[in-house]
Amino acid sequence: MAGPILRVENLHKAYGKTEVLRGVSFEVAPGEVVVIIGPSGTGKSTLLRCINQLTPPDQGRVWLEDVEITDKRTDINKVREHIGMVFQDFNLFTHLTAIQNVMLALTKVKRMSPAEARAKAMLEMEKVGLVDKAGLYPAELSGGQKQRAAIARSLAMDPKVMLFDEPTSALDPELIGEVLEVMKTLAGEGMTMLVVSHEMGFAREVSDRIIFLENGAISEDGPPEQFFTNPKHARTREFLGKLTELYGNHGGPRGGRRKK
Amino acid sequence: MNLSEAGTLEFMWGILPELLKGLEVTLQLTVTSLIAGLVLAVPVSMVRTYTKGPLNWLATAYVELFRGTPLLLQLFIVYYGLTETGIVLDRFLSAWLALTLNSAAYQSEYIRGAILAVSEGQLTAARAVGMRTIQAFRWVVFPQALRLALPAWSNEVAYMVKYVSVVFMIAVQELFTRGQGIISKYFRLWPTIIEVALIYIVVVYVITRGMDYVEHRFRIPGLETRTERREA
Repeated sequence: MAGPILRVENLHKAYGKTEVLRGVSFEVAPGEVVVIIGPSGTGKSTLLRCINQLTPPDQGRVWLEDVEITDKRTDINKVREHIGMVFQDFNLFTHLTAIQNVMLALTKVKRMSPAEARAKAMLEMEKVGLVDKAGLYPAELSGGQKQRAAIARSLAMDPKVMLFDEPTSALDPELIGEVLEVMKTLAGEGMTMLVVSHEMGFAREVSDRIIFLENGAISEDGPPEQFFTNPKHARTREFLGKLTELYGNHGGPRGGRRKK
Repeated sequence: MNLSEAGTLEFMWGILPELLKGLEVTLQLTVTSLIAGLVLAVPVSMVRTYTKGPLNWLATAYVELFRGTPLLLQLFIVYYGLTETGIVLDRFLSAWLALTLNSAAYQSEYIRGAILAVSEGQLTAARAVGMRTIQAFRWVVFPQALRLALPAWSNEVAYMVKYVSVVFMIAVQELFTRGQGIISKYFRLWPTIIEVALIYIVVVYVITRGMDYVEHRFRIPGLETRTERREA
């Protein structure tokens, strides 16, 4: 029996006196899709960034399979190749076309030949449905297309796990669906995913597990049915109520998200 | 032909070859000190952006010194000052060195500003796909910074052609110096001054248009500067 693909143990992170994470531990099994939800400011993004060490945690350990990422001797760049990350603001490389965005790390990090990299990148563009936009610059793409290109860029590295940091929060409502669709397909193909999101429809439909993060600690961790129908804590219920108010009836991927 | 007594147009035509020889020196100084300045400006801007401590102080002191004093003073220090300490450079080399050091200080500021204008997320994303910091700089931040610095840099090219004229003070035979020489030889002030001015105007115009073309050629959607956007 294979062990967890990702293991997080007792993570702590503080910015000055503000404790953002206070002892977070969990595991993600291969192929599992875990959605992290919680009120804003509870350290969801910090948690993701602590996993690939973009933000080094103050305390605690993280493993990718049997490699301890938090070990000082680990080559973090090597590890990051295997951890895809998708950002709220896309962060596509502005000076490169969509396909060049996907190719860059293939040639510079994986040391592929340009021809090899282009072929691989094209494959990923196909997966996210952007073949006809491959030659466009980020500024010429819609938000949804940008995010799909960013997903292709991560996928091209053949990651063992993908981290999504509120991938649809910066998108206009009508563009959210196309990104969630790509994520759903990925999940269906068995990609291990850790997703910070407020998309309850996605969480409910696609996730295997939902983690509720509150004040820097996990207050709920279980399958979506339990989470939505029978939350353990009053606070979770209250939060779900608020979300329903904000986003409609646990918002389907395309449905009911009111504009702010 | 006796240029002293020639008609005005004839005189202006007659001194043209001499002035063009001067222009050649002006352009040599412009191009070589701009390029050497750029080569020096890149590490200086990186040190100022990314390091702390003595190296940073040194780079900052250098930039402030050369931006805070007149180019003429810098030229005197390089030509006369260095001679006094025993380092003797010929006129052209002194002129080149002073112009290079001066231009590098300004260019480093353009580049530093451009590096700071590249959003933090670009570096983060590059790190997230496994690039080392130096790779992320080389392939992601720096190309964008260069593009962002291009409009300011274009101005520097046009300025430089004109700044070069201060080397008149140490008698390097560039355009302005030659003009001055012609005036004292023939005592015909106006035709000479006007001709020198016209040559500068034509050259600066050609350079400006040339740089416009370069900026257009390297246009990247989303990386336009504000001025370009206003024109669009």
